[in-house]
Amino acid sequence: MRTYLAKRLLLIVPTLFGVAAVVFLIMRVIPGDVTLLILGGDQTGRIDPQQLAAMRHQLGLDQPIAVQFGTWLWGVLRLDFGTSLWTGQPVIEEVLIRLPLSLEVAILATIVSVLLAIPLGMVAAVRQDSWVDYVIRVVSIGGQAIPSFWVGILVILFLVIYFGWGPPLEFTPPWVDPWANFQQLVWPVATVGYRYAAVTTRMTRSTVLEVLREDYIRTAWAKGLRERAVVIRHALKNAMLPVITLVGTEFAFLIGGLVVTETVFTLNGVGRFVVDAVAHRDYPVVQALVFLIALCFVVVNLLIDLTYAWFDPRIRYH
Amino acid sequence: MAVDSSLIGASATAPLAARLTWPEQVSGFVRAKPLGAVGAIIILIMLLVAVLAHALAPYDPYLADYGAQFARPAADHWLGTDEFGRDVLSRIMYGARIALFVGFAASFAGCSLGAALGVVSAYCGGTVDLLLERAMDILLAFPQLILALAVASILGPAVPNVVIAVAIPIIPRAARVVRATALSIKENQYVEAAHGLGASHYRVVAQHLLPNVFAPYLIILTAQLGTAILAEAALSYLGLGAAEPTPSWGLMLSGSAPSYAEKAPWIGLFPGIAISLAVFGFSLFGDSLRDALDPKLRGK
Repeated sequence: MRTYLAKRLLLIVPTLFGVAAVVFLIMRVIPGDVTLLILGGDQTGRIDPQQLAAMRHQLGLDQPIAVQFGTWLWGVLRLDFGTSLWTGQPVIEEVLIRLPLSLEVAILATIVSVLLAIPLGMVAAVRQDSWVDYVIRVVSIGGQAIPSFWVGILVILFLVIYFGWGPPLEFTPPWVDPWANFQQLVWPVATVGYRYAAVTTRMTRSTVLEVLREDYIRTAWAKGLRERAVVIRHALKNAMLPVITLVGTEFAFLIGGLVVTETVFTLNGVGRFVVDAVAHRDYPVVQALVFLIALCFVVVNLLIDLTYAWFDPRIRYH
Repeated sequence: MAVDSSLIGASATAPLAARLTWPEQVSGFVRAKPLGAVGAIIILIMLLVAVLAHALAPYDPYLADYGAQFARPAADHWLGTDEFGRDVLSRIMYGARIALFVGFAASFAGCSLGAALGVVSAYCGGTVDLLLERAMDILLAFPQLILALAVASILGPAVPNVVIAVAIPIIPRAARVVRATALSIKENQYVEAAHGLGASHYRVVAQHLLPNVFAPYLIILTAQLGTAILAEAALSYLGLGAAEPTPSWGLMLSGSAPSYAEKAPWIGLFPGIAISLAVFGFSLFGDSLRDALDPKLRGK
């Protein structure tokens, strides 16, 4: 187990280094210069070359790319992600302002989806090819097919027309005013949760279907166990591994993957911050966010692998 | 040891089960997988609309008619008009071309490249496998939409660039699935026998590995078609996909659609239905195809 853990932790290093290198290169290749965007130019659109050079020097953009990358990596090792080229604030502070909102939406959407998806997927599998299965499959495929930004637009439209509701301008944390927080996040959570539940329902259905064909399930039936015991105790527990993997990876990506939902609901979260940072060519912000999301992804993946042994005691780590 | 030649002859000439004709195969699929058949019909209709858009569309999708701005859905304009007086139905019909082109091109390119890398990775093993796996890990650690967003920003807003931006995140997903299958196929005795008979690496890969990874390749291809259409719509919605005045479904939902949502809800309503229906069709068909090709998921 220890050797396995050490091996997995060691493998995280090249993956994160690769992500850091790729995102660093991508941001340098994207056309558009942040210094030009910041300076904007005078009324005729002209920019003083000396001012431009001074700004580039100030931001460290006049150094060779390898040096810039090295400096940035050294900062990351000390948990210093630099300062935003656009706002001048430390990146980590900017991220920490937005993280609670995205984290809350991601956690609530995960809870909603798991509570809906596991029972629905299980029922669909047990009643394969019945009308219940067809309804659950159609609703869950619909959840994956309908673009979340369109659902968001429809929800806002409905609420604006019938209830005079407007998207909130500022995020209220749950510890300040739980009711205001609930009102702000209920629709984004429902929108994201539906899509997320749809994916998880389909996965639960197909894995339970596979497990139900196993010999030990036939044995359980032959022993005369009740349906509830066969399905929940024997089938569901063994079908959970791929579902946990999916729930975990989707959660890791949700924090940064709320790009479109946050844009539609004008929520000032991490996802929207990425879009704005790409548009502004705010290199340190994009680099930091992608790096942190990737870190979250690999750590969650590792945790998922470690929970496998709890669900399936046959699994041993080498 | 003497061998009864009459037995060999009998087995060699035993009548084989009659091969099903393709109409019989289709009707068998429809009976076994009705939801898959519904998906196939949706896809067929979409394909027909996309191919025949120039003949079926009642108006030029680019033609602005300022006398008919925000026209409600009626006999003249079945799905109404937008803020420039352009016919929404015609734009949706032409939009099917872009959605299907990006969907097919991106998933085909991404899955094919991913499958090739997956097969090479599994077959070569060792350092090649380790390096390719780490490269796939790096690509997988990027959130799909953020990677597409970054690539689209580099290449600029245009339909062919969207194909590349959408295809890149598909590569590692296809590579993972195909590599897993190729690893188990590589261990089969017929592959060993091919090596024993002196077959070249190219021959083993082309004749034994590739045909046997076709089923997972097809499954991931159909699964990614819907995802690619959604990704194109999301990129266009964020302003990084097709540029105005291209009739792209995602683009039709951005900009003016939410602004005029109260005045003319049909501008944002119908393109959304078109996207959902397309992805729904591909998902239904893809699911049923997976069930049909995977013996573990077949009904009792």
